[in-house]
Amino acid sequence: MSEAAIAAEEARPGRLKAFGTFARRNPTIVIGAVLLAFMVTLALLAPLITNPPMQASPADRLKPPDFSNFFDPEKRDRFGTDNLGRDIFARTLHGARVSLMVGLSVAILATVIGLAIGLVAGYYRRVDAVVMRLMDGLMSIPSILLAIALVALTRGGLLLLIIAITIPEVPRVVRLVRAVVLAVRERPFVDAAISVGSRSRKIIIRHVLPMTVAPLIVQATYICASAILIEAGLSFLGAGVPPEIATWGNMIAQSRLFFARAPWLIFFPGAALALVVLAVNLLGDGLRDRLDPRLARRM
Amino acid sequence: MGAYIARRLIATIPVMLVVAVCVFLLLHLTPGDPAAVLAGDNATSDQVAQIRAQLGLDEPLWRQFGMWLWRLMQGDLGESLFWGKPVLDLVLERAEPTISLALTTITFAVIIAVSLGVLAAWQAGTLVDRLIMGFAVLGFSVPVFVVGYVLIFVFAINLRWVPVQGYTPLAEGVGPWLERLVLPSIALGLAYVALIARITRASMLEVLAEDYVRTAQAKGVATRPMLTRHALKNAAVPIVTVVGIGVALLIGGVVITETVFNIPGVGRLVVDAIQRRDYPIIQGCILIFSAVYVLVNLLVDISYTFFDPRIRY
Repeated sequence: MSEAAIAAEEARPGRLKAFGTFARRNPTIVIGAVLLAFMVTLALLAPLITNPPMQASPADRLKPPDFSNFFDPEKRDRFGTDNLGRDIFARTLHGARVSLMVGLSVAILATVIGLAIGLVAGYYRRVDAVVMRLMDGLMSIPSILLAIALVALTRGGLLLLIIAITIPEVPRVVRLVRAVVLAVRERPFVDAAISVGSRSRKIIIRHVLPMTVAPLIVQATYICASAILIEAGLSFLGAGVPPEIATWGNMIAQSRLFFARAPWLIFFPGAALALVVLAVNLLGDGLRDRLDPRLARRM
Repeated sequence: MGAYIARRLIATIPVMLVVAVCVFLLLHLTPGDPAAVLAGDNATSDQVAQIRAQLGLDEPLWRQFGMWLWRLMQGDLGESLFWGKPVLDLVLERAEPTISLALTTITFAVIIAVSLGVLAAWQAGTLVDRLIMGFAVLGFSVPVFVVGYVLIFVFAINLRWVPVQGYTPLAEGVGPWLERLVLPSIALGLAYVALIARITRASMLEVLAEDYVRTAQAKGVATRPMLTRHALKNAAVPIVTVVGIGVALLIGGVVITETVFNIPGVGRLVVDAIQRRDYPIIQGCILIFSAVYVLVNLLVDISYTFFDPRIRY
C-alpha cells in the first residue's frame, strides 16, 4: 500500500474503518445483510409505493415488462401485468411481506420451542430417550407432506400455515441444542456449579443456555430460508396461503397456463424468491463462519 | 453382518411407530369430526355415520389406533374418497414415474456433486473452488419450481431440445423415457447437488490434510488415484450419510416437480388429493414416503462397512 493510501486509510473515521475491516473479513455477512435489508425495506414500503396488488384491469392484460419511466407512480407494467391485468411489480413486492413474515415467524417459533425441548432433553437423561425417539420419528416425515396434511385437514389461514411449517423444523433445533447441552454438561464449570449446590434450573439458564446462542442464531437463519421455500412450495401446490393473497408461490401457480406466452409472470416472483432465500443463506453461512469456526470447517 | 442388519431393522420399528402415531393423531386431534373430514365436503349425514361406524370412532382412542395399525400392517392404507379404490393400489399404479424420477435424479446428482466437491477440495481457495461453492449456495436458494419453469422455457419451448412435459413409460424404450426425465431430474436435483457437493468438499478437505495423503503424494502417486482411491474412499462416510438425509429433500421436491412437469406419479396423486381433500391418500402417502426415507437411511448405515472396513458390526 502506498503512503498516501495508508494516510487516507488512517484519516477515515474510526467506525467506518472498523466496518470496512469487518466487511473485508466477512463479505458474505455483509452481502447477505445488505440484500436482505433492501428486500425488507421494499416489503415494508410496498403499500406506500405500489398500486393495490389485487386491482385488476382487463384493458392491460399480459403486458410485457417495460422499464421506461420506472419511477412514474402511475405506471402499472414495470414488471409487466398478469392475465387479469394486475401489476406484477406491486404483487411481487407484496408477496415479499408474506414470505418474510412466514420465514421470520417460523424461525423464531421453531428456535424457541426447540430450545426448550432440547435443554430439557439434554439435561435430564430420563426425558432424553423418549424425546429423541419422538424427534427421530418426526424427522422421518417429509416436512412438505406434513404441512400439506395439516393444511388440508383444517384449511386454516396464515397462522396455521406457520404452525404447519414450524413443526417439522423443531426436531432439527432440538438435536442441535441437545448436542450442545451434552457437551457443556461435562465441562468442569457445570460440576462446580452442581457442587456448590446450584439448582438444575439455574445451571441450565446461567451456564448452559448461553452456550447455545451462537449455533442457534446460525440454525435460525437456515430455518428461515427453508421456511420461505416451503411456504412458496405449499402455495404453489395450492396448500398454502389462500389464493386471493399475493404470495410468490400463488403468483407462480396462477401463471402456469400463461407462462409460455408471458414468462415474466414467473420470472419476477421467482427471482425475488431466489434473491431473498439467497440473502438469508449467505447471512447464515457468514454467521456460521464467524460464530462457529469449528462447524464452519466441518461444513 | 446379518445380525447387525436384523438389529437395525428392529430399531426402525419405534421410528415407524412414532410416524404412525403422528399421522394417526393428525387426523384425530385436529378440531372437527374426523368422520366428516374423511367423508369429504359433499357427503350426506348417512355417509358420515357409515364412516364413523367403519372407523370405530365411538371406541376409545387407543383402540381405534390399534385397529388402524392392525389394518395398516396388513397393507390396508384405507380407501380413497374420490377414486373409491384402495390407497395402496393407487400408489402402486403411479409408482413407476416417481421411482424413475428419483433414481435418475439421485444418479445424476451424486455423480455431479461428488465430482464438483472433489474438485473444489482439491483446488481449495482458488477461483474454481469459490465458483463451485457459490453455485452450491445458489442451488440451495432457487426453488424447484422456478428452476423447472426456467428449464422448460429455455430448453423445451425455445430451443425445442426436449419435450415440454409429461412422462413416457420405460416399456416404450430407454431413449424416450430418459428424454422426458432430463429436465425434471435437473430441477429436482439442484438443491441435492448443492448439499452433497458441500459435504464432499468439507469431508475431502479433512482427509487431504491427513499424513497418509502426503505420504502417497511423496511416494509419487498420481493426482487422480490419490484423489479417488486414497482420499475419496476415506471421505465417503459423511458423504453417504448426507446422500441418505438428502432423500427427505428429494421427497418434498418430487411432489412439486411432478406438478411442474405434469408427471403422473405419486406426487401428483398427493397434490390432486389436496384439492379434493382426499385425506386417506395424503395419510397413506405420508406413511409410504416416511417408510422409504427410513429404509434408505438404513441402507446408508449398512453401506458404511463397504466404504470403511474398520466399521464392523
